[in-house]
Amino acid sequence: MKKKKQKYNYSAFLFIAPMLSGIAVFYLYAFFQNIWLSFNEVGTFGSPTFVGLGNYRALAEDEVFWRSLQNTAFYAFLGVPSIVVLSIGLAWMLNQKIPAQGFFRTAIFIPAITLPAAIGLLWRWLFNSSYGLINHILAWFGVPPIFWLSDTNVVRWTILIVLIWASLSYMVIILLSGLQRIPGVYYDAAQVDGANTRQIFFRITLPLLTPTIFFVSVVTMIGTFQIFDLIFLMIRADTVGYQFANSLVTFFYEQAFSLGLRGYGAAISVVSLILIFAITAVQFRVQKRWVNYD
Amino acid sequence: MKLNRAYKLAIIATLIFVAVLMVGPFVWMFITSLKTYDETIQTPMLWFPEKAQWINYSIVAAKYPFFTLYLNTLIVVLGTVISQLLFASMAAYAFARLKFPFKNTMFLGMLALLMVPGQIFLIPQFNVMVKLNLTNTIEALIIPNMFTVFGMFLLRQFFAAIPMELEDAARIDGAGTFRIYWQIMMPLVTPGLVALGILTMIGAWKELLWPLIVNTDMTKMTLSAGLAFLIGEHTTYYQEVMAGAVICVLPMVVIFAFFQKKFVESIAQTGIKG
Repeated sequence: MKKKKQKYNYSAFLFIAPMLSGIAVFYLYAFFQNIWLSFNEVGTFGSPTFVGLGNYRALAEDEVFWRSLQNTAFYAFLGVPSIVVLSIGLAWMLNQKIPAQGFFRTAIFIPAITLPAAIGLLWRWLFNSSYGLINHILAWFGVPPIFWLSDTNVVRWTILIVLIWASLSYMVIILLSGLQRIPGVYYDAAQVDGANTRQIFFRITLPLLTPTIFFVSVVTMIGTFQIFDLIFLMIRADTVGYQFANSLVTFFYEQAFSLGLRGYGAAISVVSLILIFAITAVQFRVQKRWVNYD
Repeated sequence: MKLNRAYKLAIIATLIFVAVLMVGPFVWMFITSLKTYDETIQTPMLWFPEKAQWINYSIVAAKYPFFTLYLNTLIVVLGTVISQLLFASMAAYAFARLKFPFKNTMFLGMLALLMVPGQIFLIPQFNVMVKLNLTNTIEALIIPNMFTVFGMFLLRQFFAAIPMELEDAARIDGAGTFRIYWQIMMPLVTPGLVALGILTMIGAWKELLWPLIVNTDMTKMTLSAGLAFLIGEHTTYYQEVMAGAVICVLPMVVIFAFFQKKFVESIAQTGIKG
């Protein structure tokens, strides 16, 4: 077949115009304006005053900011591995020929489509220290009531538990489809060679699933770094517990919108952006050592 | 692959345990919504209400504007889905099939935007809404979300997979670029449009932060933000809170029950790298 040289088709600009103008205003311009704002002091009203690195210096000295950063790191570094490992296990089990497979799948998928507001409120009730179901069940085993939502040493763990619970379903769905795309011939060959279930899982399934596992790790990391809903809904902002659970995004929301400190808020979001970039870059660098592409 | 009995039993036992952990909280939500206030705070704990208090549902429905919240959510979801599908598919078609100046530069620029966390855009987006005098409106919940870079990339793969011959044949028959896009290509990328539509629907349905930022009026909220709001004021009467939560959760669960396969396929699409 002869290859003809295609000419520019200028009507293409009509096709991309709506998308491009929206992106230009709400993302491109927004991105640069946000960076500019982070070097300014801006109130709810009035014009920005340039303060150079002032906001960033203030952040470096802000104890609440450091706490929110620590908490976010806590959620990310404990949450992401737990979510990834548990969802691999669940996806693998849901991929086996077992009775009531459809029921188990539906049960595990449901949180993926449930409103975060409802999830937050539901768990707030379950974790209620006096009347919550969880403390009642723990009492059967002689555990004294735990103040899940107000004990400053516990709140982070409470959020972490719900974060894992709420994030699993989405990742199980993605990993399950990854498992289903592994060609059956690999399994047949392994079985002919006499490999047992464990060998098949570790030598065949897991290596072939690594691209999906990598994708899930990156997405979960970015998502966890932006945790907001659960904290906002489960712990009242005016309680002691809140400061010990807050994340970069709840801190951002509070500063930029509840208190109207837009410049300061912008600086917080720039710091999160840099952190997410750095972590994602590391993930991409390390992937070469463990992800199989064939 | 066949498993031996021991594995199978262990898997089933684990899955039963996990299913209880996943569904149990929702069951408890429902049970609580049918209790009286005294029953919710009774010690020792009462598993089931003496008599199902369906009245809790009428109480919350009377206290809070659920109908408005539902309507708002419907408008926001439809508005976002339709505009995203239209704009993203047009751009995706151009990027997949047409040749134009600066194509690669623009493509890479968008790819870079895909990696930026959404939080960075919120303050300027809010400022734009203030300038347009659109805060506290339903439009404000739709406008910044009409454009999806992710969706453009997703659909581009579907357009790129259609054989070129189809398009060439139509061109020879005298069809213009727009007709080719709308009448020939769009029907062929329906699976992609369905996937993107479902993902956008889930996203718009769950979105919490943006409505909280841009709107303050309860009558201009979606279910997601409205639920957060109304409970904020009201956390003692958990039977009512849970009834409100059931009202908000149920419709999506019903839709999901009917279209589970499509939902699952769409979510899985996000994991396939093109």
